[in-house]
Amino acid sequence: MEWFDSFWQVYSNLVLTVGINALLALSIWLTLSCGLLAMANAAFMGIGAYTAALLTMSLGAPFAVALAGGIAAPTVVALVIGGPTLRLSGVYLAMATLGFGEVVRVLILNAESLTGGALGLNGIPQLTQWWHVLLALVGTLLILWRMRRSRIGRAFEAIKEDAVAASLMGIGVMAHKMLAFALGAAIAGLAGALNAHLTFFIGPSEFGFDRGVDILTMAILGGTGGLTGPVLGALIITLLPELLRGFRDFRTMMNGAILVLIVLFLPKGLWDPQRVRQWLGPGRR
Amino acid sequence: MLGQQLVNALSLGCVYALFALGFTLVFGVLGVINLSHGAVFMIGAYAALQLVAHLSFPLWAALIAAFLVSGAVGLAIDVAVLRPLRQRNAPHLIPMIATIGIAIFFNSASQGVFGAENLRFPGDLLPDQQLHFANVQVSVLEVAIIGLSFALMAGLLVVMRKTRLGRALRAIAESPKAAALLGINVEGLFYLTSATAAALGGISGVLIALYSNAVFPLMGQPMLHKGIAVIILGGMGDIRGALIGGLFLGFAEVMSVAYIGSTMRDAVAFGLLFVVLLLRPQGMFGRVLERKA
Repeated sequence: MEWFDSFWQVYSNLVLTVGINALLALSIWLTLSCGLLAMANAAFMGIGAYTAALLTMSLGAPFAVALAGGIAAPTVVALVIGGPTLRLSGVYLAMATLGFGEVVRVLILNAESLTGGALGLNGIPQLTQWWHVLLALVGTLLILWRMRRSRIGRAFEAIKEDAVAASLMGIGVMAHKMLAFALGAAIAGLAGALNAHLTFFIGPSEFGFDRGVDILTMAILGGTGGLTGPVLGALIITLLPELLRGFRDFRTMMNGAILVLIVLFLPKGLWDPQRVRQWLGPGRR
Repeated sequence: MLGQQLVNALSLGCVYALFALGFTLVFGVLGVINLSHGAVFMIGAYAALQLVAHLSFPLWAALIAAFLVSGAVGLAIDVAVLRPLRQRNAPHLIPMIATIGIAIFFNSASQGVFGAENLRFPGDLLPDQQLHFANVQVSVLEVAIIGLSFALMAGLLVVMRKTRLGRALRAIAESPKAAALLGINVEGLFYLTSATAAALGGISGVLIALYSNAVFPLMGQPMLHKGIAVIILGGMGDIRGALIGGLFLGFAEVMSVAYIGSTMRDAVAFGLLFVVLLLRPQGMFGRVLERKA
């Protein structure tokens, strides 16, 4: 086990970041599975991260309470803003939620007495253990997996395919959309709270536009057909910069190019069960 | 004091509007949220800077060159990436992700080629004399920005409203399939739209670079966020909306810096944006397309 110890010493942060990113990708997958292109997850992550960090730092709350706060705060915010914004559909919703994300970022930036402003919060106790992340990820996967097969999951799918038809079948479209949005916010908040207690520092720029886009990219890249895709996407997006170290200054450039190539040549994302079956099947051409 | 602020707000708002114009044009005609628009903006600024600094082009020639270079990049993006996605009928999310990749590519490429540092245009490029109207001082640059922006926007508006080309573009915005059935060269107009939008983005890149005297690889990203704010404010895909949204954002920013404090600039701008979102999520001119059963 010696190799594992040395591996873990170097890469434990990276591995746990993969887990946290997987949670984020799943949080946007949930809203996507209900046909909502909501891009507020970075903001929800930020709200969760700041709430949890402030709970442990300023109030000395135990970690469990901080995590609960980190989940509850974004959920409440999602319930409040969901009313007006979820009326929108498609890219309009994406734009509105992106705008909301910027508002949150700027508020965090300017509430200096509470959040430390642009300097962020420093010296957050490192309470996140590897099994916290694992537990959170497995728990989330289990809940989402059960949900997909439940009445709620089927309602989400019906709404995604055709919201009008779904409402005619007696599905409460707005309530289900709200559920997906709030639950997505809760997962993103959990990821934010875990991340804050892993990285020691959080700042407002971490939860801006780029992060939101990153989260969406992970989900789409992996494939949104099932739960495997977002996790795979998170793995790749997190590891890609490490794998491209050899390209030095141009590694982010390669990162961008790979993203474009995947979108161009793997339309359904990396995890596409049908294609995998085709490759493994005997009729391979 | 107020008059001075109004001039500042007008010139800043014009650049925002010009940037958002290309953004909203691509959204209106192609239905794509083009997140590489910020990168094209940056490319325009670098192109002009290189020509002025190393080949000592006059500024007007550099502006035209930036227009052409950005337009060519926009065309290349469309041909290489957006067209295959269109042919595959990819859902609208997919092209957006692709443009994120393109933006990352160009932003880090320019960082690799030109370095991360902040470059400046030579100081003697513009006459620094000030024009006086009543007791308001206006620099030559501000006059040029306002004039050029309004000329370009008016030109685009006339083309869209009065010409056959504009009618064809509006038809495509309604339905590309129906437009193709009517004998409109839809693919060709998609190329033209992408190129024109990028060219407008490039021009606004040069103007902002002159106005703030800074050229750096990531200069397009904050602009992209503002562009998003502008088209939300104005209503997506609407040219008038881009103009009014841009001016509105410029005014909100300048006035909040002048009367509230510079740290609150983005807070005021995006706070207003949020209020608009809550009250009128479709923007000031937008319509929500709702399908009735």
